[in-house]
Amino acid sequence: MNDQVDKQAHADELYAESHHWHVNTGNETIHAKRMPGRFRNLKWAAAAVWLLFFMGPYLRWGDRQAVLFDIPGRQFHIFGITILPQDVWMLSLVLLFFAILLAVVTSIAGRVFCGYFCFQTVWTDVFTWIEEKLEGTPQKRRKLEEAPWDFTKIRIKVIKHTLWILIGALTGISFTLWFGDAFEMWQGYLTLNAGAMAWGSVAVFTFFTYLFAGHMREQVCFWLCPYARIQGVMYDKETILPAYDFKRGEQRGKLKKGQIEEGKGDCIDCGQCVAVCPTGIDIRYGQQEGCITCALCLDACDSVMDKIGRPRGLIRYASMDELEGKPALKMFQRPRVLVYLTILTLALAGIIYGLFNLSGIEVKVLHERQPLYVLQSDGSIQNKYSVKILNKTPQDQQIRLVVEGLPNLSISGGEGSLIANKGRITSYTVFVRVPRGSLKAESTPITFRVEAEGSEELSSSYTSMFIGPRP
Amino acid sequence: MSEQNNPYGAPTTGHLWDDNLAELTNQPPKWWMIGLHASWILVLLYGIVYPMWPWFGGATQGLMGWTQIGEYKQDMAAIQSVRAQYEDKLPGMSASAILADSELSEYVVRSAKVLFGDNCAACHGGGGQGNPGYPNLVDDDWLYGGDIDAIVATVTNGRMGMMPAKAGVAMTEAEIDQLAAAVAKGEPTSSPLFMEKACFACHGMDGKGMHALGAPNLTDAIWRFGDGSVESVKYTITHGVNDPADPQTRNAVMPKFGDRLNETDIKKLAVYVSKLGAN
Repeated sequence: MNDQVDKQAHADELYAESHHWHVNTGNETIHAKRMPGRFRNLKWAAAAVWLLFFMGPYLRWGDRQAVLFDIPGRQFHIFGITILPQDVWMLSLVLLFFAILLAVVTSIAGRVFCGYFCFQTVWTDVFTWIEEKLEGTPQKRRKLEEAPWDFTKIRIKVIKHTLWILIGALTGISFTLWFGDAFEMWQGYLTLNAGAMAWGSVAVFTFFTYLFAGHMREQVCFWLCPYARIQGVMYDKETILPAYDFKRGEQRGKLKKGQIEEGKGDCIDCGQCVAVCPTGIDIRYGQQEGCITCALCLDACDSVMDKIGRPRGLIRYASMDELEGKPALKMFQRPRVLVYLTILTLALAGIIYGLFNLSGIEVKVLHERQPLYVLQSDGSIQNKYSVKILNKTPQDQQIRLVVEGLPNLSISGGEGSLIANKGRITSYTVFVRVPRGSLKAESTPITFRVEAEGSEELSSSYTSMFIGPRP
Repeated sequence: MSEQNNPYGAPTTGHLWDDNLAELTNQPPKWWMIGLHASWILVLLYGIVYPMWPWFGGATQGLMGWTQIGEYKQDMAAIQSVRAQYEDKLPGMSASAILADSELSEYVVRSAKVLFGDNCAACHGGGGQGNPGYPNLVDDDWLYGGDIDAIVATVTNGRMGMMPAKAGVAMTEAEIDQLAAAVAKGEPTSSPLFMEKACFACHGMDGKGMHALGAPNLTDAIWRFGDGSVESVKYTITHGVNDPADPQTRNAVMPKFGDRLNETDIKKLAVYVSKLGAN
């Protein structure tokens, strides 16, 4: 009998929890209220970073686009630097850098990327701003949704969706401009002469911008985006997040006669924090998957606190430890932060090293394997090599090849001055011949060095093997 | 789903399992239904656009007229058009002219690898390195001379050198031993037998061979047969090469490719072989 009661009590607890557990599956469009405030301004400032995405392609550098990802030409141009596929290791360092930057920022201050910089957040913000300008406040928007289709409703909706699609198209076009000459590509779009690839990219971007920012909005963060979940696991108790100070706020209760009732907390249960939330969650239930840490609820709550004469910060950026009254660790006492920062520094050092050491020419040597060596009629041993010279400079280079490592060696096929064509690999077959007496082992290291004639700083070397019979 | 755990009172099939399990008759989610219908519509469209349905005398052709073999031919044509700028020049040029043109010879070296693999590699090895009894094409020693026209002649007409067993005359064991020892040392002329048995007639007065007959140079480091040991030289002297009278004779036949390959292919192979070693 007692058992029965206990079970019921446990179950009641679970049911009570599940009652609060409102999972937003997109059945209903979230119409978030817009309130001015510090974080609202900060969000616009952060979103302005994306103007670079739209304006970047029009920057020029000399006679070409300043930043150009030339995929067919297999060259990336970033201001004065040209990056060929051979330098792709730097790209992996750049990716590592940004991945770790995401980790370290998330560990310190939560989903800053999600809340302020993510294109999903920014574009959704712009789309809903347009919606509010056209349709009005959330209440009006909900009313319009339910209203019958009349001329006014159709007019408003057509304008809204047209604007959304135009933004989507501009997004798509701007994306493609990074991969080709911006002005030529615009000419292509305006005269309807752009390539299939370009049109396809624009179509895909237009469609998904419209779908994601216009219709799916927070559902993308909830169910599509892996980073939303990855970032969640990077939190710890020291991470500062937009959080509700439950000790100060509870017991919450409605304001009576302009006063907070005796024994009640500062939260007056006005629901403003829920009303402004773009993902439709209630921050007072604590940290949850839907929270993109955009901090708009902070603005809302602060303005309410100002009105009822209570101090700001009932909802504020605070760590779990702080809310529970534990002492907060300093940032550099947190191993997670230190490890992330170390990796970040290493990646950055690698990128800087790479950028300053991009060599103009590079040589690679392949040893012929079939046969490994050839006995010549005078008794000497000959090895065959394929010497591949990559010239990354913008002009053809005259190259001199020097082979060293064995006494009395002679070369044929690589004498005199060789041409290394600009922007690609030029391949030469080089035969190296060595008197048998010079060979002390079956394989001997042998170095191929290429130097550009007239500019000594352009040089590269590669160590291969010279193979002979057992001495 | 348990019937108690049906807060929205969704309709069920009415059947209960294990006391309280009921099956809800909810529609599948909308996105899932859209996916289902989109899938079969796609299959239908595919069947209209591409050849798909079995039909009398083959299958439906599809609106686009696409076929696998057609795509293959298109791709082949694309390759041919890239190669044409070189291939068109080859028939009108002599092998030596192709060799002299650095761009064309580079093209031939890259494209004739397949020809070499199909026709030559069985005996001469994939890299032209030779095999026991089959000459090495990578070194600088040429039986019939290394110039390009000689190579074209070799490939076109084949070769079959001949060395009579015991120099075509009676030789005693002792004489063979003496001559073989001198040859193995790389100094054939040091033995008086070299002149006496008329070896010089083919191998030359200095023992350095004769390209016209394909008689090898006996003074260099490269051996046509075996490893240059006294034993192997003795065997060659005793049984000869391609001597019809001696059943144990060494075989050395280069087949004729003139009736198997066209002239352009032979020219390509000659250039390829010529470029194999440091010719």
